[in-house]
Amino acid sequence: MRVRIHVTPKSGVLDPQGKAIGNALTRLGFQGIGDVRAGKIIEVQLEAPDADAAKNQAKVMCERLLANKVIENYVIEVLNE
Amino acid sequence: MKAAVIVFPASNCDRDVATALTQITGRSPAMVWHANASVPGDADLIVLPGGFSYGDYLRAGAMAAHSPIMQDVIARAQKGTPILGICNGFQILCEAGLLPGALIKNASLSFVCRPVNLTVEAANTMFTNRYAVGQTISIPVAHGMGNYVADEATLDALEDEGLVALRYTLGDNPNGAARNIAGIMNRERTILGLMPHPERACDNALGSEDGKALFMSLLGALS
Repeated sequence: MRVRIHVTPKSGVLDPQGKAIGNALTRLGFQGIGDVRAGKIIEVQLEAPDADAAKNQAKVMCERLLANKVIENYVIEVLNE
Repeated sequence: MKAAVIVFPASNCDRDVATALTQITGRSPAMVWHANASVPGDADLIVLPGGFSYGDYLRAGAMAAHSPIMQDVIARAQKGTPILGICNGFQILCEAGLLPGALIKNASLSFVCRPVNLTVEAANTMFTNRYAVGQTISIPVAHGMGNYVADEATLDALEDEGLVALRYTLGDNPNGAARNIAGIMNRERTILGLMPHPERACDNALGSEDGKALFMSLLGALS
């Protein structure tokens, strides 16, 4: 089974990377660019009996390593493959 | 004083801090590879040095915080063994949950490598007793992710409890850190994490000796 984890900076936490991307988009001529947030996607292949179990495992992984709750949020997606 | 310096893959200030410790305390620290299970039992100071452990993968310090040696470092920290985390060491301490908050990318997005002016905020600690409160010192920083963040409640608690040890002097904040925070301690004041590199300011040939007093403070407190 495969899970896709989206890790994004919490709202309110300065995201200099997102800001730089936003500035670059504006420089390229895109109009009306607002807040841009840059995060990352982590895909993990794991063994689990079902989607719920996979999601639970991924949650523990996020809490322990993949996301830093001081500055980041995460969303777990179980991929149907 | 018997220090132990933890060496992670891609630590790069481990030898600098070992040199500073040897010159100032007269005793070479034990160099402990991160894959080891334990820190020497007689170590009375654990140093997490600067560098780019694990290439800053995932987040700076995130992987190192889960290195095999860290279980023992955390256990020793809980028993009160003093811990000094410099730069990447500070990031590792935050990722390991030994200090609150986190260090994110510099607000400028640039890697900053230059001497900065720091104001000593707390001097009644084993790390800073050779400084005076309000004293300005010059110590270099060298980091891309030194922007200290924490929620307002945590920042207030750090200030109220006097746990901010060092602040960037007004107008000299190199990374956008909240409330100009350059270094903080845990509640027991046995753990100090700081972004600037005191080990690079221990010899006038390198431009400043202002970092020396930090190691002398520890030497005095732990001898």
